[in-house]
Amino acid sequence: MTTVLSLSEVTVEHRDGEETLTALDDVSLDVAAGEIVAIVGASGSGKSTLLAVAGALTTPTSGTVHIGDIDLSACTPRQRTAIRCERVGFVFQSDNLIPALTALDQLRLPLTFGRATHPDGPRDPAEMLASVGMEHKAGRRPHQLSGGERQRIGIARALMTRPRVLLVDEPTAALDRERSQEVVALLAREAQAHGVAAVMVTHDHDVLHHCDRVLTMIDGRLAPTSA
Amino acid sequence: MFLALRELSFARSRFVLMGAVVALIAVLMVLLSGLSAGLVNDGVSGLKRLPVTSLAFQHDVSKDAAFTRSVVEDTAVATWAGQPHVAAAAPLGVSLANARTSRGLEIDFAIFGVEPSSFLNPRAAEGHGVTGPAQIAISPTAVDAGVRIGDTVTLEPSGTTLKVVGALADQNTFGHVDIGYVDLRTWQEIHAGVRPGDPVPDRVYHEITAVGVRAADGASVDLTAGDHAAGTTSMTLHASFGASPGYAAETATLQLIQAFLYAISALVVGAFFTVLTIQRRTEIAVLRAMGASTAYLLRDSLLQSLFLLTASSATGVALGVAAGAALESTPMPFALETTPIVGATLLLIVLGVAGASVAVVRITRVDPLTALGGSR
Repeated sequence: MTTVLSLSEVTVEHRDGEETLTALDDVSLDVAAGEIVAIVGASGSGKSTLLAVAGALTTPTSGTVHIGDIDLSACTPRQRTAIRCERVGFVFQSDNLIPALTALDQLRLPLTFGRATHPDGPRDPAEMLASVGMEHKAGRRPHQLSGGERQRIGIARALMTRPRVLLVDEPTAALDRERSQEVVALLAREAQAHGVAAVMVTHDHDVLHHCDRVLTMIDGRLAPTSA
Repeated sequence: MFLALRELSFARSRFVLMGAVVALIAVLMVLLSGLSAGLVNDGVSGLKRLPVTSLAFQHDVSKDAAFTRSVVEDTAVATWAGQPHVAAAAPLGVSLANARTSRGLEIDFAIFGVEPSSFLNPRAAEGHGVTGPAQIAISPTAVDAGVRIGDTVTLEPSGTTLKVVGALADQNTFGHVDIGYVDLRTWQEIHAGVRPGDPVPDRVYHEITAVGVRAADGASVDLTAGDHAAGTTSMTLHASFGASPGYAAETATLQLIQAFLYAISALVVGAFFTVLTIQRRTEIAVLRAMGASTAYLLRDSLLQSLFLLTASSATGVALGVAAGAALESTPMPFALETTPIVGATLLLIVLGVAGASVAVVRITRVDPLTALGGSR
């Protein structure tokens, strides 16, 4: 399978007063199209920093990050913004939908950021909403939806611009066990269906069986774990 | 505008509250503008209608009270008439007087003395203009106050009597008092306090307040050279407004209030959008993480503020104009004029957007990294 997301010997260091903290320590990771990789680990182990680096939100202190043939480390902030718009989809925690927008408008929103560069153009918001089983709630706003419904819309929104990479941040943090299973199953299905390289950070070990690979982050280092 | 319009609709009570504040400021601004224009008209409409380009007062006269203090020898008129590019020059006398009409109405007049044959003598819309002694042609505002053509006006305390022979076409007021045009010799006697039948010293007939100077069409008169030749101090017609009683103080006060209003408006709008931007930090972080550019977010927020300001200002101006129309029919000096209202509205919107701009610049400082749960 084609590698879409590639992190090579990535180190991220932060200044904390006089000290230098290492959030990611020589991390390498390749994720192929259609593959979903779960990252588990304790709070503060570097999971979110991994997502931030992979999603062009921050640049590594050393090492390289590639999405397809684009080296994120060599991009300007403006180029990174464009890459996030065109090639990266983020699924945030359930409260990160825009309160003023209806379910359908949440999906239209990414299409307003700029011109779609994918050869097939952007997806149709109504079709995408139907694909996650939410077409009957197109006119509802986030406060009128359950946590699971919000997360379904978040997944659909992340896939609107046909991204190459899907980065998922604690998608089941606010969901009960049943909803968590539904949401991650949907994530895995959509990632495979759309050929997206997905990385999911989670604390929830009950959903890991939906993933192709599970890695554990310990003190900024990645180690393989059996799913 | 995708987000902006939807947020305006979603948080409508919040935006309506803010819009109401801006609308109230706009109402106040229209009323102040009308009051300002009304006071200006009441103070200097008679001067605005003088067909002169400049007025030559006594040499070194106090510029803020020239109309009441200036005494110029009438020989200066000929000197000014002989200056290059001067089309005409004529004597003008200005003084204030208390009067009582034959109907028993007490009224104050600004008595403007002009030679009946000069270009300064206005035409009357009703009756006729001043043609000789003991006549007075009055502002239509004096007619509104109850003076009628044919009435006899007695000036106090001199007892000089004047017959009302005509009413002018437009408002002619000076220092909030109705103007009455009289023949220059009559004015000179009134100004000198001469009672009817008293002997009049010859010098009285050689004193005027100022020389009214009209430049030739398209030409500009060298006022400095004219002043040097005639021994006068000239002011352009517009500059002479500041020499009318209370004009500078009134306009300065109202301009100060209007300036404060603009500053308050910009601060209120700025404060509102500052709070709004702070409340939206997480949402903005999510949008930036999703790939919304800074320009997109700034444009969206600024268009939102522009929409809010335009809609609320338009509402406020409409309400203000409606209230102003009612005030125009009262004795209050109030005049609704399109240009100052449009100008003030645009300034209100521009300053409001400036206030909002300062606030929404905070968007550029929101780190998209904070959208990730682990970083919050």
